[in-house]
Amino acid sequence: MAVATPGLFRRFARNRAALLGLVILVAVIALALAAPTLYPRNPLRIVGPAELWPLQDPRFPLGTDSIGRNIAAIIAHGARATLLIGLFASLTATLIGVTIGSVAAWFGGWVDELLMRFTEMFQVVPGLVFVLTIVSILGGTVQNITIAVGVVSWTGIARLTRAEFLTLRDREFVQACRAMGMPDWRIVLAEVLPNALPPVIVLSSLAVASAILFESAVSFLGLGDPQVASWGRLVGEGRTLIRSSWYISAVPGVAIMLMVLALNLIGDGLNDALNPKLRNR
Amino acid sequence: MLRLLRRRLLQGVPLILGVIIMNFLLIQAAPGSFLDVMSAESQVSDPAMLEQLRVTYGMDQPVWLQLVKYIWSVARLDFGFSYRQNMPVLDVILASLPATLVLMLASLLIALLLGVTAGVVAAVKVNTIWDNLLSFLAVLFFAAPSFWLGIMLTVLFAVKLGWVPVGGMMSITASNQGIVATVLDVLHHLALPAMALGLFYAAVYARVMRAAMLEVLSLDFIRTARAKGLGRWRVVLAHGLRNALLPIVTLFGLQFGTVLGGSIVVETVFSWPGLGSLMLDSVSSRNYPVVLGVLVFSSIVVILVNIAVDLAYLRLDPRIRAR
Amino acid sequence: MAGLDVRGLSVSLFTRGGVLPALSEVSLSVQPGRTLALVGESGCGKSMTALAIMRLLPEPPARIIAGKVMLGDTDLAALPERRMLGVRGKAVSMIFQDPMSSLNPVVPVGQQIMEVLRRHENLSGSAARTRAAELLTLVGIPDAEARLDEYPHRLSGGMCQRVMIAIAIACRPAVLVADEPTTALDVTVQAQILELLKRLQAETGMALLLITHDLGVVAEMADEVAVMYAGRVVEQGPVDAIFAAPLHPYTRGLLGATPSGGTAGRHTRLADIPGSVPSLAELPAGCAFAPRCKLAHAACTAQPPLKAEAPGHLAACFAALGVPAHAA
Repeated sequence: MAVATPGLFRRFARNRAALLGLVILVAVIALALAAPTLYPRNPLRIVGPAELWPLQDPRFPLGTDSIGRNIAAIIAHGARATLLIGLFASLTATLIGVTIGSVAAWFGGWVDELLMRFTEMFQVVPGLVFVLTIVSILGGTVQNITIAVGVVSWTGIARLTRAEFLTLRDREFVQACRAMGMPDWRIVLAEVLPNALPPVIVLSSLAVASAILFESAVSFLGLGDPQVASWGRLVGEGRTLIRSSWYISAVPGVAIMLMVLALNLIGDGLNDALNPKLRNR
Repeated sequence: MLRLLRRRLLQGVPLILGVIIMNFLLIQAAPGSFLDVMSAESQVSDPAMLEQLRVTYGMDQPVWLQLVKYIWSVARLDFGFSYRQNMPVLDVILASLPATLVLMLASLLIALLLGVTAGVVAAVKVNTIWDNLLSFLAVLFFAAPSFWLGIMLTVLFAVKLGWVPVGGMMSITASNQGIVATVLDVLHHLALPAMALGLFYAAVYARVMRAAMLEVLSLDFIRTARAKGLGRWRVVLAHGLRNALLPIVTLFGLQFGTVLGGSIVVETVFSWPGLGSLMLDSVSSRNYPVVLGVLVFSSIVVILVNIAVDLAYLRLDPRIRAR
Repeated sequence: MAGLDVRGLSVSLFTRGGVLPALSEVSLSVQPGRTLALVGESGCGKSMTALAIMRLLPEPPARIIAGKVMLGDTDLAALPERRMLGVRGKAVSMIFQDPMSSLNPVVPVGQQIMEVLRRHENLSGSAARTRAAELLTLVGIPDAEARLDEYPHRLSGGMCQRVMIAIAIACRPAVLVADEPTTALDVTVQAQILELLKRLQAETGMALLLITHDLGVVAEMADEVAVMYAGRVVEQGPVDAIFAAPLHPYTRGLLGATPSGGTAGRHTRLADIPGSVPSLAELPAGCAFAPRCKLAHAACTAQPPLKAEAPGHLAACFAALGVPAHAA
């Protein structure tokens, strides 16, 4: 109920940087959706001469890579993988975080204590080391990477959800629901959760950005799925040719940076729009 | 202070225990026998020796007993044996640690210097062109993947300009030219990787520092300092900075783990012979004892760093000391 | 020693919504050894006046657009910032409303006192420390030497205000601006702090500009009173004359309905006046108090000048001309 406050979009849109982020995000989503139409065949097949610089041949606007694959096609298809992994990793993190945070706050006592220690445990494990461990043991499939990134990204969301729940738990409207005899699970799902979500959404949107960075790092290290077109992997493959054709690494890196930049700007914009108190900072 | 140290160390024990148990569960979750890979790695094919390994690793025993044994061995800092390096895992890790620590410290130093300076300037010159420019740079470096930044820095400073080497930690000839030459040589090699890793955190610190400084500069005691006749920069540095640094100190502890993770990627870019290169090599070769050893070891390091940060905070903020 | 003479000081806020007149032609003067109380409801421009004198206005949006702040022969309003740095904390000092938050929480109080001594008196480390301990003793803090190393959160509000006063008087200023120095303190502590200010003033002969909304404090401390409303001085005169025969309807409202000159008036806080202070963006033309004034008439749509109604007693009101004060 608090999510769709009127004027939210207007407040968001007044922030020009956030609007720019939204434009970039929409453009990347459009590119991802159009990828099968633009480049219907496998983006990882060889289509032309190797190491062709961008803007040389209209068929390959972003050039070709070390073995003659179309970089533009890899970027377009890579956008799909990047967006999907980012989105689902963030969803995983949000699901785990909200569940643990709300359970800890709602039940309190030893449940809270235990779950918070559990959260701390995941805070001290270096995220990328954990993701690489999972990838090494379970294999670098898209699903494994997504879940592993989700599993290292939920602690902040859990803490925030817990804090929100703790302040909401004792509010009048929750007390009123209790007095009316509403069961706990309905109070949590219908009354407390919707009110706790707005700040959590901000964190989730920022988690998409960090998930994309995680994924690109794993792919860059060559531990991702070799069958899937990926921005990070292309940066890694271009590395050996930085003397002659540094654009192979540069182009997909710019794509990652723009994507992460856009998500961060949107997250900041959402934060400002959802927390009007802090807007003028 | 000692009481806090003891309490925090005691709180760290269940955390480490948790990480070890998680580690153990990961081993159990591995598809195919852990031993298959191990034996392939150490080129053991004789069934008798395989059986020997099974017994050595206690894999013929019930799961809970294996867990207890695993915890007991890690408690004695025994992370197992790496056949690849033919050394105990702990020795392998300790051999790679110094290089990583050097890289991390250099990166954090760069991050602190650049980030704090940029944050302070942006806050003092708030809403000016300087603020906009610095904030823009911060947003940009906050979004740039460190491995990509590393490659771009290499293209510019190593390949095009030739100022610094493309990778490695020291020249082959450096070791026999005396200590000063060696240190300079390492610094020469360190410049790019430290920048690649440090600029991201510089961006993080700049953002936090700007916000913290803006908040501090609006507080009453800043007005008092100005009423004493202190100049603007003196007010900012003597009264603002000390207070605004507190959130940075917290962040430093919280992010130590991610810096460690970041160094893995950057080390790969620059062939820096640290924990990251070791981790990547071990992941690629499925050298599980080392992978899991790095995981437990780095978690312990993060816990210890956070305890150190808590103690530092105690020194920096007298109000906490009172509690 | 020089007194402070503010002449026609005007400050505007340059906001996105337009230029707002925060202070209009404020004129005040305090002689050495004397105390001027500046009174009025919150938002009337008292603190703004103090900050303008100190040149500590939040710039932007605020800016001095006219007037002089004379300290002896020097116009502080026209001094370049670099020379003003040598004046603040030396010739003119200021203490603030909330002593706890006015001290830096992470620096021992001794260092905060020594800082101003180093800045203006060129005292070295140990000499500054000795002098800081003397100052703490002077402001009535026992065991001064040990207190130097305390952090502000270990001291009470009253103690913190004493430290603030020690910082303010460290360089024997000609003028001390005290912005509601006792508002945040307990009643008994308030009296002690006022007593301390009086004693220090008697010893040093400094001029005191005391900002307050507490008429009890005014009666206790002031020689002269200036009443402010919506960024203007509306009445000014000797404390006895103001209490005995307030000329401006606003002053009368402040003093309450009690018979003029009665002691009851001296110990009441600002009485409730119907209506509220208009925002700077919506100041009416002419007298800003007119919308709340029972005596307002057609002439009040013009700005009444601040005129002497009796020797040394000024008021800015057309109604004050026709209606004798004691008859209201």
